Amino acid sequence: MKQSTVGATALAEREVSVRTVSDLSVEVVSDSGEGAQKCGQIFGAVSAKMGNGVWTVEIIPAEVEPPPRNPAGASGIRIRLGDREVTNWGDETNVVVAFNEQALLGRHRLNALASDAIILLENMWATHSNPDVRKQWEDAMEELSGRSYTIVGVPMEEQCLTVVDDARKGKNMFALGLLCALFDRDVERAKDQIAHAFRGKKAEITERNHQLFDLGYTWAKENLDFRFEIPTMPAGGPKVVMNGNEALALGAAAAGLELVAMYPITPATSASHMLGEVFDRYGGVVHQAEDEIAACGVAIGASYAGRCAFTVTSGPGFALKTEFIGLAVMAEIPLVVVDVQRGGPSTGLPTKVEQSDLLAAMFGQPGDAPKVVLAPATIEECFHVMTTARRIAEALRTVVVVLSDANLATGVAPVARPELSPDWQAAPPDLRPVPPGAKPYGWDPKTGLSRRFVPGQPGGEHVVTGLAHDERSKVAYDADTNQRAMEMRSRKIAAFQQTLLPPVVNGDPKGGDLLVVGWGSTKGAIEEAVDRARREGKSVSSLHLAFLSPFQPGLDKVFSKFKKVMTVEINHSDVKGTPSITEYNRRRGQLSMLLRATTLVDVDCWTRTIGEPLRPVQIYQAIRENMPGGKR
Amino acid sequence: MSCSLLHMANEDDRVFEMGDYQGPVARWCAGCGDHSVLTAVQRLMAEEQLKPESTVFVSGIGCSSRFPHYMKTYGFHGLHGRALPVATGIKLTRPELDVFVVMGDGDCVSIGAGHWVHAIRYNMNMVALLLDNHIYGLTKKQTSPTTPQGYKSNTQPRGSYLPAMNPLEVALGVTNASFVAQTAEFVPAHLFATLKAAYRHKGLAFVRILQRCPHFTQDLFQDAVKKPDTVEILTHPEGIRAEGLDAIYKNQIRHDPADIHAARELAEGPEKVRLGLFFRDESRPRYEETRALPKRTAREKIDLLNEDFDRYAV
Repeated sequence: MKQSTVGATALAEREVSVRTVSDLSVEVVSDSGEGAQKCGQIFGAVSAKMGNGVWTVEIIPAEVEPPPRNPAGASGIRIRLGDREVTNWGDETNVVVAFNEQALLGRHRLNALASDAIILLENMWATHSNPDVRKQWEDAMEELSGRSYTIVGVPMEEQCLTVVDDARKGKNMFALGLLCALFDRDVERAKDQIAHAFRGKKAEITERNHQLFDLGYTWAKENLDFRFEIPTMPAGGPKVVMNGNEALALGAAAAGLELVAMYPITPATSASHMLGEVFDRYGGVVHQAEDEIAACGVAIGASYAGRCAFTVTSGPGFALKTEFIGLAVMAEIPLVVVDVQRGGPSTGLPTKVEQSDLLAAMFGQPGDAPKVVLAPATIEECFHVMTTARRIAEALRTVVVVLSDANLATGVAPVARPELSPDWQAAPPDLRPVPPGAKPYGWDPKTGLSRRFVPGQPGGEHVVTGLAHDERSKVAYDADTNQRAMEMRSRKIAAFQQTLLPPVVNGDPKGGDLLVVGWGSTKGAIEEAVDRARREGKSVSSLHLAFLSPFQPGLDKVFSKFKKVMTVEINHSDVKGTPSITEYNRRRGQLSMLLRATTLVDVDCWTRTIGEPLRPVQIYQAIRENMPGGKR
Repeated sequence: MSCSLLHMANEDDRVFEMGDYQGPVARWCAGCGDHSVLTAVQRLMAEEQLKPESTVFVSGIGCSSRFPHYMKTYGFHGLHGRALPVATGIKLTRPELDVFVVMGDGDCVSIGAGHWVHAIRYNMNMVALLLDNHIYGLTKKQTSPTTPQGYKSNTQPRGSYLPAMNPLEVALGVTNASFVAQTAEFVPAHLFATLKAAYRHKGLAFVRILQRCPHFTQDLFQDAVKKPDTVEILTHPEGIRAEGLDAIYKNQIRHDPADIHAARELAEGPEKVRLGLFFRDESRPRYEETRALPKRTAREKIDLLNEDFDRYAV
């Protein structure tokens, strides 16, 4: 480790070196409540506006304010920049701004930092009046010295106190100034973005943040002898910068969904925050229910009454909605349920990513409850999936579960701005009289589809029920009726499956040694890893599934072209050869279980539940280790 | 006159009689209080000339929750304890519909208690009926929250351990409650008058209906049925006025339904059956009115969405 003691005089004697890189990750880490995320979001947005590919992901402790100066409480954000589109958070961080050495240690211990990372570290702790703090600093420096980090001490507190009384409330904008100087970001754009981030607050706040930004910018220009340049890419059409939850929220509005019923839960809630801000302008209602169950019930009631409605939650809330979801399947009431997955089971890892609700979405209800399950893989898909989900729910009169996750929810990236169409909006409910003889479940024997009647339609009066019922919605316990109704509710999913296109292989559609299959937010990391392995000559391709129920057609054909098929997922699977684990008692990744059952192909899996998005390098290594015939 | 909806659907001069609201023959036990409530509700609908296609009965699970099946209106027979959230969704979406919620004591006071408390606070314009026979009937005699202390059931064969929960006290304790009444299926005139006042109330009208279960709690209301003096009727010009009760129910007390404190005292009173309007205040905010939003066309929505996208534009 190099400890640099650069100063204004030192810089005057040295040349400023500019490193041009195509791909680089920055982290800002702090105690919770010091605004590192805000700093990173603004830096990411400015970088996107200047033409870099960007992906940001927040590092969030579960507590609002965990004890300060604690490695476990590190709060922050990673911003990965590239000279092309960036689809995931990457492998390691190259440049760090840390507000204290303990938060930095937290990231170091998670192996989040590149061995040659450059670290800009608040240096007030080294000379702190409390000897315990000084000792912690010394111990941290000792621990960090095992790597070849370059640590640059920065007097953040001292500098910020020239503008604000409480430096905790100002370091983040100072840090933004540092980063914008190091990466030669456009100052005017940065200041505009600061103003945007603090819109709705008093004007003095923006003014003060501009001063802090200037302070950091100037300090870096005067004291740091290195800069980075990341080549930009051509604009390529209008873009918007947002996270997956914001995209979901706007997507819901674009889809014509008019009511969301929700209950606060991490990491889903920010979608409701977004809707809370904008939805009523479109005539949409955000109903914060008394609990998760009620949220689902309100959405079902609204949908039953003819308004497109959805509910949004995360794993524990999804579990609570289970009975209502079963009712919507049974009574054939259109419903969109968004599950922004987090680590489980139980309360699990509230702020961290996992893909472990797939089987719960498929089979979570008591009894057989066929439904549609979709998984957006990108922020852009988070937007479009809502229209798809709403349309399927209404066309099939069933439940559509949208499985997003914490990685998409908090990942921010520039995405193509959608050209909105009024056609995506739903038609208002048809309240014309029901034709004589029409039945509320007049199932088409070929497709299982039927037309629903909504209250207000004369002649359509009937009672929907969660009990077994016949075509007229009359309670019926007889064998034939129950068997037939069960078939109809399942058949419509099968009929829908026949309308889907086969999935597209990334890599070589003709086949090869290994096929990696993924779903949801891992797409970017998987494809980056596969592309890297392919460049090295490995015969590997990947397939990403947007439809989990039903599967797109032709999976068996695609699988048959590869020697080995393996899923990559963020859920738990037992590793063969570890204590007590055999080929037969081994728990498998959730998608691999489904694929094995559906295709009878011996689909292997490689999964991790480490509370963070998969890194491309991890997948790359898994690919090497799993190449059939030992072709590592 | 009988009315064929199919052929007169678009005419507003339809006249409905009780039979027009009658679905299939109810399959409750003979002597079940639910029959009386069903008849009273159908009579109310005819008197108010409610349109069958614009009326929704929402229920949970239990004997009384079969109610929608015996009406010729729209109905939603959903989950145990969850009638109120469904009704909330319907009313938020289509405030013009007449919504009646029918719950039993297990449904409303036990498994759905959370929704019940919040529905009272939401104060949406609908009628919520608690058909309270003090026992779980459909699942065959288990203790409910309103089962009297010491009363034996299959789950508490040596008698219920705790004092019964008093739904009136709970309802009157909820912020933003706007209508709390109690009636009994064995006083049909009072039952009808109460339903009518509830329907006409602007806000959530919570009505507890005391009723007998001929199978499992037939002894519970014997005194009230046979000795009218054990029943107290709350009277007031602003309260519920039922015809023809004076001759039978001599025990009447004057209670101003605007007085929440007196209402709470009366509600918690001794083991006496009190029927009447405990509290009414139509000035309380109604949730659906606070959430009334402009109807936007698809084009307008797209334009507004584009404005929001502008804020995220690069």
